[in-house]
Amino acid sequence: MKIWNKIKSWPLLLPVVALILVMAVNIIHDAAVGDNPLSFFMISLRDTTTNGTILFGRIIDIINRGSEVAILAIGMTLVVSASAGTDISVGSVMSLCASFMCMNLAGYGVSSTTTLAKPLIVGLLAAVLMGALCGAFNGTLVSHLSIQPMVATLILYSAARAIGLLLCNDLIVYVRNPSFAFIGAFTGPIPTPILITVVCIILISVVLKKTALGMYIQSVGINAKASRIAGLNSRRLRFLAYLLCGVFASLAGIVASSRITSADSNNIGLYLEMDAILSVALGGNSLGGGKFNLAGSIIGAYTIQAITTTLYALGVSSIQAPVYKAIIVIIIVVIEAPPFKAFIRKHSAARATKGVKA
Amino acid sequence: MKKKVLAVVMAAAMVLGLTACGGAAPAADGGGDGGLIKIGIINNDPNESGYRTANDKDLKATFTEANGFQASFAYSLKNDEQITAAQKFIQDGVDYLLLSAADTAGWDSVLKDAQAAGIHVILFDRTIDADPSLYSASIVSDMDKEGETAVNWLKGQNLSEYNIIHIQGVMGSAAQKGRSGAVDAAAASDGWNIVTQQTAEWNAEKAQQIVQSVIDAGTPFNVIYAENDDMAKGAVAALDKANISHGVGKDVIVMGFDCNKWALQELLDQNWNYDGQCNPFQSQYILDVIKTLESGQEPAQKTIIMDEKGFDATTITADDVNNYGI
Repeated sequence: MKIWNKIKSWPLLLPVVALILVMAVNIIHDAAVGDNPLSFFMISLRDTTTNGTILFGRIIDIINRGSEVAILAIGMTLVVSASAGTDISVGSVMSLCASFMCMNLAGYGVSSTTTLAKPLIVGLLAAVLMGALCGAFNGTLVSHLSIQPMVATLILYSAARAIGLLLCNDLIVYVRNPSFAFIGAFTGPIPTPILITVVCIILISVVLKKTALGMYIQSVGINAKASRIAGLNSRRLRFLAYLLCGVFASLAGIVASSRITSADSNNIGLYLEMDAILSVALGGNSLGGGKFNLAGSIIGAYTIQAITTTLYALGVSSIQAPVYKAIIVIIIVVIEAPPFKAFIRKHSAARATKGVKA
Repeated sequence: MKKKVLAVVMAAAMVLGLTACGGAAPAADGGGDGGLIKIGIINNDPNESGYRTANDKDLKATFTEANGFQASFAYSLKNDEQITAAQKFIQDGVDYLLLSAADTAGWDSVLKDAQAAGIHVILFDRTIDADPSLYSASIVSDMDKEGETAVNWLKGQNLSEYNIIHIQGVMGSAAQKGRSGAVDAAAASDGWNIVTQQTAEWNAEKAQQIVQSVIDAGTPFNVIYAENDDMAKGAVAALDKANISHGVGKDVIVMGFDCNKWALQELLDQNWNYDGQCNPFQSQYILDVIKTLESGQEPAQKTIIMDEKGFDATTITADDVNNYGI
């Protein structure tokens, strides 16, 4: 009973339940068509001509493909917490960073190359720098000029892709070089994007745990005035949240661009800001700012990817897929809604007292 | 008050009179600016796709001053911006308005203005919902035929069984409808098995996920029918990852569309099997129409359908890659 209570009060309970729910659909489907019910979870090693021996399986696929949204979700969580608003420019910033990187790697105006014009590290740093610049721009507007986050980030949301196209001379730039493709491919048997995501998560967790940054950001989000009076520099903390969000967006852009070894300004990160916001919400975080749960957001990100992969796996037709996705999201959001939680609590309490009477 | 209204009306009438003169003058003497024919070209942004880049380059190479044209260009993916550009061209008094519309609706009134100003309108690449009397010619690709050419090629392969992964473009687009329609018809008539049919929205990364998902499920397949080259590339990346062989004489047949140069190179290297053309080189067709109109005649047909090829990896040559690659 004690364990049950502990589980019930575990903050990650609902996000995890949501993820399990999505996976259960696969188990039921596999069992229904007569396959091994656990085939969804099977991981195997396969030999390939291009990448050597690699890990293979649906779970690996979800974790691999979910990398970009997971990385974005980290930054988005900080922004939501500190400013009670969302950064809707992350998808466009991803695209801009990818374009800037590919422009550096291929040389301006070159549309397809197999050799790098500059060392890889220069391209990567350029992308991160561009991400930081975008983050700083958003941060300045929000923290120093007190512009509403959605309005402030709307600027780059609409402009960043266009700037990216200018940098790429209106072309889709292909960088067909193995050292660049490596970022979106494999390190040994493991997909590199997974490793990048893990490093990001570890770094940010250590920073949040070992320094008081996490607590500072939360307190600014809960009450900016009170935290300022208590001696925190609210402005600088908000600025920092947006700066980090921009940097994480650039990392997501690097991964997305390397997967297709090109900078397709119009398509990289398209609508991903919505997925990032959704994963923060699915993670049980309030979009009203304040307290946040980073692990929840990351689980939320993988839940979204699990839904996508599941729909592909079930062979749901293209026209109907968004409807199913919407239904699943509605169910998850309702389960996590406070009034619904209160209803369940009341219900189970009533049942418990009944049991005592009998 | 009355005076004010009158003044506005007078001013408007004068302005209209001026523009009417401006519009009519060059047309009357067949292009007064040193005999150059003035044309306004409204196109989608060249960065939209490789197809559009090639299309824009082709138009720019043909309508040069050396060839007797004074061409102005306007680009937008948005219909209202395109309409504004069209109005500007009409006011500038162009002789011809070439149009690849972003959207099919909303063009009636501006085309009527063009007609009133004596400007010939030629549509290229995309048709619009307007009365055919409002334009002189429409030069288009027949997407249904592109699909049929590809499907007929596939039928000709005489496989013992057809298990097809069908990766679709953005649902509802003309290219998707034409290219999907042929596959659906063949699946119904010849009993082809469609393993999965999903949209990757022209996107390589999504196509990769779809194929990956089929491989994970262990369902057998031997044909990938991708409705553009990017998606075929994504699909092939998933095959490579799973060590499934593809191309001429291999386990899986790979089909793409649009004839990008790099895609035709894949055919030449026997990694893919088929690529269907969506012809972006419309300028010669447009030039023929302009010549006909300049000689005072109307084009024989209003809707001109371009020749489009389908390339087979076993017969493609290096020259084809250079001539038809975009």
